[in-house]
Amino acid sequence: MEEKQTMIDLKGIVKRFYIGMPNELEILHGIDLQVERGEFVSIVGSSGSGKTTMMNIIGALDRPTEGEYHLDGVDVVHARDKELSMIRNQKIGFVFQTYNLISRTSALKNVELPMLYAGMRKKDRLERAQELLCMVEMKDRMSHNPDELSGGQKQRVAIARAMANDPAIILADEPTGALDSKTGRKIMDIFHRLNEEQGKTIVLITHSQELAEETGRILTLKDGEIIGERRGRGC
Amino acid sequence: MLIGENILLALNGLRANKMRSLLTMLGIIIGIASVIAIMTLGDSISKSVEDSMSSMGVNNITMGVSQKSTTTETTASGMTFSRGPRMAQLSEEDYINEEMLTDLLERYPEQITGFSLQESIGSGTIQKGSATASISAVGVNAENLESADLTLLAGRTLTERDQSEARRVALVSEHMVKNVFGTANVDVIGQTIDVLFHERYYTYTIVGVYEYEESEMGFSTSSSEETQTMLYLPLRTAREQTHNRKGYSQLTVLTSPETDTVSFCTTLETYMNSRYYSKNESFEIRTMSLESVIESMTEMLSSVSLAIAAIAAISLLVGGIGVMNIMLVSITERTREIGTRKALGAPNSSIRLQFITEAIVLCVIGGVLGILLGVGIAAIATNAMGYAVSPSVDGILLSVSFSAFIGVFFGYYPANKAAKLNPIEALRYE
Repeated sequence: MEEKQTMIDLKGIVKRFYIGMPNELEILHGIDLQVERGEFVSIVGSSGSGKTTMMNIIGALDRPTEGEYHLDGVDVVHARDKELSMIRNQKIGFVFQTYNLISRTSALKNVELPMLYAGMRKKDRLERAQELLCMVEMKDRMSHNPDELSGGQKQRVAIARAMANDPAIILADEPTGALDSKTGRKIMDIFHRLNEEQGKTIVLITHSQELAEETGRILTLKDGEIIGERRGRGC
Repeated sequence: MLIGENILLALNGLRANKMRSLLTMLGIIIGIASVIAIMTLGDSISKSVEDSMSSMGVNNITMGVSQKSTTTETTASGMTFSRGPRMAQLSEEDYINEEMLTDLLERYPEQITGFSLQESIGSGTIQKGSATASISAVGVNAENLESADLTLLAGRTLTERDQSEARRVALVSEHMVKNVFGTANVDVIGQTIDVLFHERYYTYTIVGVYEYEESEMGFSTSSSEETQTMLYLPLRTAREQTHNRKGYSQLTVLTSPETDTVSFCTTLETYMNSRYYSKNESFEIRTMSLESVIESMTEMLSSVSLAIAAIAAISLLVGGIGVMNIMLVSITERTREIGTRKALGAPNSSIRLQFITEAIVLCVIGGVLGILLGVGIAAIATNAMGYAVSPSVDGILLSVSFSAFIGVFFGYYPANKAAKLNPIEALRYE
């Protein structure tokens, strides 16, 4: 675990949007970022700073206009759509601000979903999903649908789901943004536990300086550029 | 992703929007129901008709003397109406006589196995003490008696000697025995009955009692005492009684099973008309086989079916468009879900399959409901018409697969649209 291994390797990432031919909007102006295995990194920035765009690129939801991106050694930029799906399925665990659990589907089935897409056998899926839900202390509510769960509970299910295929990184986009501070605290504790106990690489995107301070490394994004990088308390 | 999971998912989704799903299915339900109803109805009717006709004898050809017509109208259903130039009375030479029958038998020994002949005497009354019974007497030959398909309860049937010697013997119904004698069937054998026809009494000896069957057509609303039953006499006995030396105005030609009755009908008609009736001014021979009746009936049904099928096709098209519409709505509603699934690693093909499955499930459920409704309608209709229901298996299989096809056809476009959604935009969708 000690030997350095780059999980996220971004080189000169540029992202432009074309809104009509003459108007092009450059959101990211050449981002360079390396994240090692087991790091807990936070990306801080106000709205409009380009952090969502950056998250989309890191999460293999979008391709950069220019630059190179390797995730756990896999070339993301030149991957085809189907390969991108596979990368998202196998290498990335998403945690969203709005949870994005599938409605009318039990917590257990939600956690099983990434494994279903991975083609895992039913028995193995079920076992793994139960194990993960136990880990986030949602054992008693496995059969509940999302609308029967509180925000904190939903986010815990979402974290269990993100962990389903044992991904290389967990990408959390404002995971506590919709929660009160007490519940948010619990969610952050889970991330810390995953980082410390299981050595998961976590990228946290937030606008909260406070939360960012807890992480190992804090990157500040402004107007599409990384303007600051410092060590946090969690190092 | 597994098909089973997709089906469960689709059912889940439909359950969440019961009313909407039902309304969406309505077009499919109506389309399929009308197809099934008409197919079942058609099958039931033609099956019942065929059954009853084959019991009457599909190999029979009815031959009769009919008035020559100047204008013959044939309706689409195959029925022929004719208008005669003037009403003429059948005279002696107009009838089909024994000579002609012998000639036919010699000319077509391969095809003709016999003639079913009968001589109707008419209604009469049997009186014994205070008890009376109404009967309709008919003289029959052996072939005719056979086609009447009687079940003997006591005694014997009419024999060759009864026929050739024109004996005054009769077959009576158990119904008549019960009303007039009130004794066991066996006891009346050998007894005589006096039958009153037009103020003249005729006496016959009972040789057999047959089982009385309630008329299937259900026309007899009269009480059991008034029910008229048949009294079967030997053909010659009856002919002597009616003083009929002329011949027959109508008879049934029995043909061998190998004979194609439809074409043989024409052969007979042509032969008879050219040989015996070419010089007859007012009358000619007409023939008709049950098979040709069935054929024209089937033809009529199939043209009705075609019309219904056209309506059903339109209904299914509208239903399919409804399905497409609702799938598009459903996909818009679930944009975030689609985005989430994509973020979790669902390839486009999985998303496409999921929504196509949903459309198919929607259509197949609609199809099944349509089948149930259609069979129900057909059952009510056939019962009302007095036929036995026989659901059309072909129609059911066809409907299910056709509704699945509609699901694929009209589900593909929305599903493909869902599959091609940009995950970022889908996730951001409010």
